[in-house]
Amino acid sequence: MSTNNHLDYLDELEAEAIYILREVAGQFEKPALLFSGGKDSITLVRLAEKAFRPGKFPFPLVHIDTGHNFVETIDYRDRMIERLGEKLIIGHVQDSINEGKVVEQKGKNASRNALQTVTLLDTIAKHQFDACIGGARRDEEKARAKERIFSVRDEFGQWDPKRQRPELWNLYNGKIHKGENVRVFPISNWTELDVWNYIRREKIELPSIYFAHERDCITRNGQLMAASPFLNMDEEDVVERRNVRFRTVGDMTCTAAVESYAYHIDDIINEISESKISERGARMDDKVSEAAMEDRKKGGYF
Amino acid sequence: MDILKFITAGSVDDGKSTLIGRLLYDSEAILADQLEALHASNRKNDDGTIDLAILTDGLKAEREQGITIDVAYKYFNTDKRKFIIADAPGHIQYTRNMVTGASNAGLAIILIDARKGVIEQTIRHSFLVSLLGIPQVVVCVNKMDMLNYDEEAYNKIVGDYEALAKKVELSSVKFIPVSALKGDNIVYKSFNMPWYAGESLLTYLENVDIKVDVKASHARLPVQWVIRPQTDELHDYRGYAGRVASGTFRVNDQVTVLPSGFTSTISKIEQLDREPVEAITGMSVTIHLADDIDISRGDLLVSSAAQPQVAQLIEVDLCWMDTRPLDVTHTYLVQHNSKVTKCRISEVLYKVNINTLEKQYDEEFKLNDIGRIVIKTADPLAFDPYQLNKANGGAIIIDSRTNVTVGALMLRSAVD
Repeated sequence: MSTNNHLDYLDELEAEAIYILREVAGQFEKPALLFSGGKDSITLVRLAEKAFRPGKFPFPLVHIDTGHNFVETIDYRDRMIERLGEKLIIGHVQDSINEGKVVEQKGKNASRNALQTVTLLDTIAKHQFDACIGGARRDEEKARAKERIFSVRDEFGQWDPKRQRPELWNLYNGKIHKGENVRVFPISNWTELDVWNYIRREKIELPSIYFAHERDCITRNGQLMAASPFLNMDEEDVVERRNVRFRTVGDMTCTAAVESYAYHIDDIINEISESKISERGARMDDKVSEAAMEDRKKGGYF
Repeated sequence: MDILKFITAGSVDDGKSTLIGRLLYDSEAILADQLEALHASNRKNDDGTIDLAILTDGLKAEREQGITIDVAYKYFNTDKRKFIIADAPGHIQYTRNMVTGASNAGLAIILIDARKGVIEQTIRHSFLVSLLGIPQVVVCVNKMDMLNYDEEAYNKIVGDYEALAKKVELSSVKFIPVSALKGDNIVYKSFNMPWYAGESLLTYLENVDIKVDVKASHARLPVQWVIRPQTDELHDYRGYAGRVASGTFRVNDQVTVLPSGFTSTISKIEQLDREPVEAITGMSVTIHLADDIDISRGDLLVSSAAQPQVAQLIEVDLCWMDTRPLDVTHTYLVQHNSKVTKCRISEVLYKVNINTLEKQYDEEFKLNDIGRIVIKTADPLAFDPYQLNKANGGAIIIDSRTNVTVGALMLRSAVD
């Protein structure tokens, strides 16, 4: 692992992430790990095992369930929780809809992705979480590139990019007032390729939708979407059987597939190394405006 | 493959964002959809080519004003190295952001506009690089295209900078003449400057030696978390979790716990399913000791053979980072490694005019002011002088009223 008394890049990234997770444990009363079923939060779970085993995690896992997830993701999540023996808390977007806190979007491109923010903030308030660990990375998007590792949110969950705390050396200031919370991003400095290389090295199992498979798809705004009961379809939408995989795992209505024959992790790493479309290019929710992510983060999005 | 973190320092129009954009663009680190967004943008250079600076401006206000406000982190890699760029704003108004970006950098690129030469901002940036103890410095003399790639003009700037480097005590300075706009000597060696015998910036970054001599620094590990499963089968398990800040710990090493001063020996080093015999700088591990002693978060494990200073009255360099000035009557918090304790300002020694390097003796530290003070802490800190050991010599000041990080401290020495 170490050569010439010097850490290899994956070891260094891993050690930094473990350090950050332990800071969360040490500094907060009621932290939580936000688990989406995607490869980044799966990586966080492995890092948490490295940080705290043989002890229990000092936080529960929290899944904000839009109700529009891929079945493969939910199946994976439940098996994982069973293996870990850790606590899972689920926040249902459907509950927020039933309570009248949010209104289901209408129209062809309707998605529950934006509604998640309300459910997330409610779940945080209900359980009084003071820190939420997330798998966001700075290479994903321009606004994220500026976000701190300990990112303080006000009592409305909002991120104010102009009032970020200075973050020096490896000293993370987690002091907050009641009602505020901190979003913590232990893998901020990882790129998509770093995550995949780590998953390969650690032999971490992933939900099957990350690998190439046959699926009914339709083409929307130039992107391949999985045909599902959650997608508002009309006679213009042509369902085709395609060989695809998913580069990110989100809501079925906003996560686009890519044509792929990558059946194994080595194929995926080759594919990404040569790829000419960055990961967030497959997320329709970012395409709305150049400042889409910045605006959503200011509103409390994770 | 290893990781090089570097910071770029330049003032508003030195072309810093263009230089980073050029590094990313020419090393093919920009992906198709980002490129598409770049081409679709209305911002263009005067000659109609795409404005590479857009790649680094992440916030709306930054795009609107065409300036960099906060530190943006950018990632790229070549076959030799993974690079993390902290793109920090150069304007004096954002000194604290530059200090933030500089705190973790292993190398600094200082940009000089060839038409202007060494100016006030160059002095400020170089002083900060020296204060923050960044080991390697590359001076890029930019916009050489606008001087027809004139060697004499370049040599004069090199001479001027060498004098400055001596004054601010920077060693290990490398000079490269470049044009970020045209791409000269950034990724590819320029044909326009045959008189320059050195390598391109990227080639230099790929090969510069950044190995810290881990044997030279003393073993330090701040305890972050105590792992105690308290289950039947692991009833007596007690592991001290933390990341090695400096040096190397080995099984059977004698260690001292500070500030209590208890000693013991390392019985085991753990990493989930592995038990390495040594833990080197940067490794996150769990340490087991032979004796049952009281250790908790905030304690520091050190090599018994080479112990740090333990003190409550400490002389420090301070960079003030808050809009509200330093209040010498207020009790602040200081965070050093995993330890947080109260602190007061016991004496203000001086401030430094960071544009001229002159000492000033007015008392008030305002936003972005830098100088030297003496602090008194409620609990003792176990520290090494920052200039000898960054990992155990940096601390932050937190204002307990707002919870905001208001100051950066570089600890120097205990005061008798």
